[in-house]
Amino acid sequence: MTSATVTAAARFGRAASRVPDVVFRSGSGVLAWVAVGILGLLAALLVANSGQALAKFGISFLTGTTWDPIAGIYGALPFIIGTIASSFIAIVLATPIGLLTAIFLAELAPRRVAIPLTFTIELLAAIPSVVFGLWGVFVLGPFLSRTVEAWVVDTLGWIPIFAGPPFGVGLFTAGVILTLMILPTIVAISRDMITAVPDSQREAMLALGATRWEMITNAVLPYARSGIIGAVILGLGRALGETMAVTMVIGNRPQIPQSIFDSSQTIASQIATTFNEASIGLQTSALISLGLVLLVITMTLNVIARLLVWRVAGPQGTS
Amino acid sequence: METAVRRPDEAIEAPPERATPLAPPDRRPAASPLDIVSGEIVVEDLNVYYGEFRAVRDVSLTIPPRAVTAIIGPSGCGKSTFLRTLNRMHELTPGARVEGVVTLDGIDIYRPDVDPVQLRRVVGMVFQRPNPFPTMSIYDNVTAGLRLTGRHKRSELDEVVERSLRRSALWDEVKDKLRQPGTSLSGGQQQRLCIARALSVDPEVILMDEPASALDPSATLRVEELIAELRRQYTIVIVTHNMQQASRVSDRTAFFTMGEERAGYLVEADDTVRIFTNPAEQLTEDYISGRFG
Repeated sequence: MTSATVTAAARFGRAASRVPDVVFRSGSGVLAWVAVGILGLLAALLVANSGQALAKFGISFLTGTTWDPIAGIYGALPFIIGTIASSFIAIVLATPIGLLTAIFLAELAPRRVAIPLTFTIELLAAIPSVVFGLWGVFVLGPFLSRTVEAWVVDTLGWIPIFAGPPFGVGLFTAGVILTLMILPTIVAISRDMITAVPDSQREAMLALGATRWEMITNAVLPYARSGIIGAVILGLGRALGETMAVTMVIGNRPQIPQSIFDSSQTIASQIATTFNEASIGLQTSALISLGLVLLVITMTLNVIARLLVWRVAGPQGTS
Repeated sequence: METAVRRPDEAIEAPPERATPLAPPDRRPAASPLDIVSGEIVVEDLNVYYGEFRAVRDVSLTIPPRAVTAIIGPSGCGKSTFLRTLNRMHELTPGARVEGVVTLDGIDIYRPDVDPVQLRRVVGMVFQRPNPFPTMSIYDNVTAGLRLTGRHKRSELDEVVERSLRRSALWDEVKDKLRQPGTSLSGGQQQRLCIARALSVDPEVILMDEPASALDPSATLRVEELIAELRRQYTIVIVTHNMQQASRVSDRTAFFTMGEERAGYLVEADDTVRIFTNPAEQLTEDYISGRFG
């Protein structure tokens, strides 16, 4: 036995120090958990500091329609509606455009077209939102008010939500700006989801006598469906939280909009525009409560979206 | 990618009695499979290229109708590539093209006026790995091809589902759970579901690309029994690695191997019994007896 032990130690004994391994593992592990800790801390601070406003107004903080710092009344409903409405417009416009673009890039375009086009679309995501905002104020807003908005008001204006006047500043312009901003997200992830569909699915459909378009609609899109929904929800999450560009074009009016062309205000935009002058105490607490509401909405959507994306591409897939 | 591949010579014309070449099966006379013997494939001087690379060289082969033809040979000898040229599935691979002539019942399938989409309704395919559509039920998997042709009538679909699943020997196992996802079945059942899916559009020819290679032995046996049952109703071309399988299921066997510059070519094709007992070529003999490949 002794000789066997000696032989084993000589042949397989530890040759090098393990210290670097241990340091590296524990060091990188700590850093990874710091991110989780920051998220927890952030949530805890939001909850703690929103206490004053939430305790005073309770559920009416969410349902109240008046936001009046002078009277000390804080109801968040106009901002919640403004946030959801502007994001909804963006999703309605960006989903078909983004999905068709992704189909084109993944299934139809030859590589020499698809690669530069993909690159360019992803560059859209690199444009600073304040630049989008500037462009929205000086170019897109006036353009929309002369064209699309004027036309919709003329033809559909009898329906209250399409009523004028078309200022070029308001929910609709904000929605269009948001469309451009979330398009790269929707295109990139949808394209990855479509690319992740196994070729065996395409071949199965083609071998039954499907045209290319039938193959896409009957085999590829159903397979990628939940991932594409995930892509749309991730885009929605980005739209809900977008601040700067929206602030510059939405009109910053803290009232419930009646038409998609009305000026409005979102949660993120309201916080950004008023926290500088906010008084310590109830007003600050109300703004922090707004932040908490937004965090809860976007976190929930993100979790749902990621689960859907994982179902198609697996946890190793694109975020 | 669906563009028709031009061939050098267009000598073979459609025979006059078939006015609508490669018409969808629903417009063919609904005759019993036995009274018209069709589904003969004749391949002449076929070369397949991937870009500059020649994958298959100078294949001439007649595939008899209503019989099973096995294609055997070592890996990389172009068996699957050859198979995919018979319903133009190779056109999905960028850069793939063919030279030569492939006729089905006398009609050159590479004629510019032959639509590969219509061709594939006549020449169906079963793949190496079972590939049911995961978002569809068993029922919807079987009817996917019919729904492509705009047929949605419930009674007709019901009938096709039952007939196709009976022919693929799966009906008894799934008749009570037609609404469950196709992917809920075992691997062998999934492959028979894929066969039912291919049968549902009533093809003349079924191409099988190693249909049992991903299955366990008992599921393999079921698929082989199924092929034996289908052999008089369809022209079946099956690529297989497994020589025992070829000898068990096929009437004719074509032996391919890899030649100069890695181009696959046909060594010989003959009755299966002859290939496995007394082949004409020494290469075949060596392969059959396990001396190479």
